[in-house]
Amino acid sequence: MSEVVIFFIMASIALCAALGVVLARNPVHSALLLVTVLISIAVLFIIQDAQLLAAVQVIVYAGAIVVLFLFVIMLLGVDEKESLTEPVKAQRPVAIVLGLVVLAEVLFLAGHQWATGAQQSRGSLQVGDGGNVERVARSLFTDFLWPFEVTAVLLVAAVIGSVVLARRSNKPTIDDEVETS
Amino acid sequence: MKLTDTYFLTFAAMLFTIGAVGFLVRRNVLVMFMCVELMLNAVNVTFVAFSKSLNDISGQAIVFFVLVVAAAEVAVGLAIIVAIFRRRRGGATADDIDLLRG
Repeated sequence: MSEVVIFFIMASIALCAALGVVLARNPVHSALLLVTVLISIAVLFIIQDAQLLAAVQVIVYAGAIVVLFLFVIMLLGVDEKESLTEPVKAQRPVAIVLGLVVLAEVLFLAGHQWATGAQQSRGSLQVGDGGNVERVARSLFTDFLWPFEVTAVLLVAAVIGSVVLARRSNKPTIDDEVETS
Repeated sequence: MKLTDTYFLTFAAMLFTIGAVGFLVRRNVLVMFMCVELMLNAVNVTFVAFSKSLNDISGQAIVFFVLVVAAAEVAVGLAIIVAIFRRRRGGATADDIDLLRG
């Protein structure tokens, strides 16, 4: 019973904060509301027996990713005015209608046994020695060893890519060309 | 009243929709990125819900890979944004960046 209460409290906090992320004018407020969403989701992970993921969610998402966001916001300056002109005609109403269609579709799928009734294929959530951490680790380093190695390559590529992109170049930019011509 | 996976799937569907609509509606590049994070988190909630309901640990393992991809995406994406705004002193709107060349 208490699980249901916690779920509804945390889910409503997360949904309200997610709406706030979209609706807030100031990007800093959006980032702070994003932290609220992430921490409520971490609580939802705990009530679903995913203790390790809850910790990782707080450390990696709320700790690293949102701080990176705030860092870039501070670097570029807060820009509160947002153009209301639409380059594509009637983009915003169409986006909202499309969103409602997506919501109906996913809710339809979520309520159906033929879409959600897959069978267990790998190790169990409860059985086995050690806690949640050990079971996730065993799954990562046995069943998912090859994807794990591939993510190492992905991270190296991301590090190199961001260093190359953030490097300062002396070549004239497209803006300079436009201004001089 | 018991907590079934349908609650979590419904919650994830709503969160995903908010993120998707936000991505299409907003013009600020940073807020658009945050909306992508919302969508990724909705998928994570779905994975963990299935992991619980099917009693299968691999759902939780896959969330790790989503986290890694999210971290890599944010690092590269923010580097692109910083590189763009170093070159042009405009506002942080996506509509200004439509030339597709350096």
